[in-house]
Amino acid sequence: MFEVFFPILFLFVLAVVIALIMSGLSVFIGKRTKLGKKDEPYECGVEPVGNTKEPVPVKFYMVAILFILFDIEVIFLFPWAVISDRLGMFGFIEMVVFVVILLVGYFYILKRGALEWD
Amino acid sequence: MIDISTAVIDFGLIAPEISLVAAAFIILIIGYTKRLGKFCALTALLGIFVSFYYTLIQYGNPGSGFSGMVTSDDFGVVFRMIFLVTALLTILIAQNYLSLKRLNKPEFYALICFSTMGMMVMANSTDLVVMFLGLEIMSVPLYVMAGFARRNLASNESGIKYFIMGAFASAFLLMGIAFIFGASGTTDLKRIIADLSYLSEFSHFYFYSGIAMILIGFGFKVGVVPFHSWVPDVYQGAPTPITAFFSVGPKAAGFAVLLRVFSFGFAEVEILEPTFWVLAVVTMTVGNVLALRQNNIKRMLAYSSIAHAGYILIALTAGGIEGVSSAVFYLIAYALFNFGAFTVIIMMESRSGGTTEFSELKGLLKVHPYLTSILALFMFALAGFPPTVGFIGKFYIFSAALKNGFIWLTLIGVMNSFISVYYYLRVIKVSCFEDSDSEFAPMSMTPALMFVLFITILGTLGLGIFPDQILEFSKTALFAFL
Repeated sequence: MFEVFFPILFLFVLAVVIALIMSGLSVFIGKRTKLGKKDEPYECGVEPVGNTKEPVPVKFYMVAILFILFDIEVIFLFPWAVISDRLGMFGFIEMVVFVVILLVGYFYILKRGALEWD
Repeated sequence: MIDISTAVIDFGLIAPEISLVAAAFIILIIGYTKRLGKFCALTALLGIFVSFYYTLIQYGNPGSGFSGMVTSDDFGVVFRMIFLVTALLTILIAQNYLSLKRLNKPEFYALICFSTMGMMVMANSTDLVVMFLGLEIMSVPLYVMAGFARRNLASNESGIKYFIMGAFASAFLLMGIAFIFGASGTTDLKRIIADLSYLSEFSHFYFYSGIAMILIGFGFKVGVVPFHSWVPDVYQGAPTPITAFFSVGPKAAGFAVLLRVFSFGFAEVEILEPTFWVLAVVTMTVGNVLALRQNNIKRMLAYSSIAHAGYILIALTAGGIEGVSSAVFYLIAYALFNFGAFTVIIMMESRSGGTTEFSELKGLLKVHPYLTSILALFMFALAGFPPTVGFIGKFYIFSAALKNGFIWLTLIGVMNSFISVYYYLRVIKVSCFEDSDSEFAPMSMTPALMFVLFITILGTLGLGIFPDQILEFSKTALFAFL
């Protein structure tokens, strides 16, 4: 039992450790600002107080949506990776097609300038 | 686990879809490069032609593959051709309009290709889940296209409305499919039909709920009353070439699926006949009566498209080979004359400061006598006058209904045709007999628009006078399925 689920336990531990390392590193070596925008409840480019009919910058949402798209790509890669030896060459080609499709999308958003912040 | 190696992978079956997607990808890649950026429309047209070629090859060779997920038969081939021609005509009529409105972006062509591909998936499957997949591939680009003029408030409204209503409809549809799966244990239409008589009392409830929800879902898409409320606003707000695409492509795709699911699949379900009867009557009447009071031609055509959906529902109610083949024929005919009418509207709107109000047509006869007669021809076709194809289409639908004993339905349909004459002829009245207060700005003709007008006039008159070929075509398509 333990041997079967050990990889999962290991994954959990690894995730916790990586998260701790990442946030720990930023505590120690990151620059810290205590004032201004940092104190606002939602600091992603939207003014929390004011007229609601103002135009809202959508840059953040753009990046967020694109992130979700490519995140899902990775989710599809996981199950394929687990049984890739049984799927063989056919599975590999199918996965390459899938990744190429997403790559076309990536190339398009690069060219379109969706990832340029300014 | 499904053994992938035993599934039939026949890329010939989905070659039409693959070529469209490939064209869309090439457009996305070259669209924003400096040297190749101007070849987007050409790439899309090329993709459509290649797709058409592969579709033609499939005609007469029914097949099935990918574990039954993709079925290719002549019914699907006929609808694929309708979609491809729709996409072709849309790209042609959009050229001048898009550059005038500063909307000539590569995304337009890519979205048309993606959406057409979704329609083809819809028409070409007998599995409910694949149908849903096709519906979503079709709809998502449509939402974006409705809001394509993003600096225009009306277009924005159109996009958002279509998106919210469409998402709502998709939810209904998916729930319906889940219910049917729960009742019968499969999503494959052929197997559902085979198991229909074995359903227990308990699962009947879920089965009927599922059917109702599927009907609601597709009813939204084709604009059947009482699920039509989005149609006028979306049609009016969207850029006009896209409205032309909306009024033909997705409607034909929705009916392709409705015909497959309800005329072939659940034809044995008795309660469907009165349901379609009521839907047909309500859809025709509401569409026609509301169209009477419109002052905007695009909005008028939106209500008229609801009415035409009602006529096609008569054919669905009648059922059988006559009913279904008349529905297919009417969809082909409707695609032709509706596109023709929209082409004239686009020319009208492309003038400086042009709108789509009725008053814009005043004094058209004096400046453009030929164009006026062309517009009149399309209006006569929409109203169903001989010798246009509109008459033959309606005649065929009504005779199918009469043959199956729906006398009252036919009478109501004919009465509705009479009502519709008023608002179609009003277009002719305004353009011929009313004079403009200001000077009439002439319209410009481009080769692409001339070509579309030529094709649609040829179809409207040619099929109206010699309908035999297409009638046979739509009939043989159905025998293959049955």
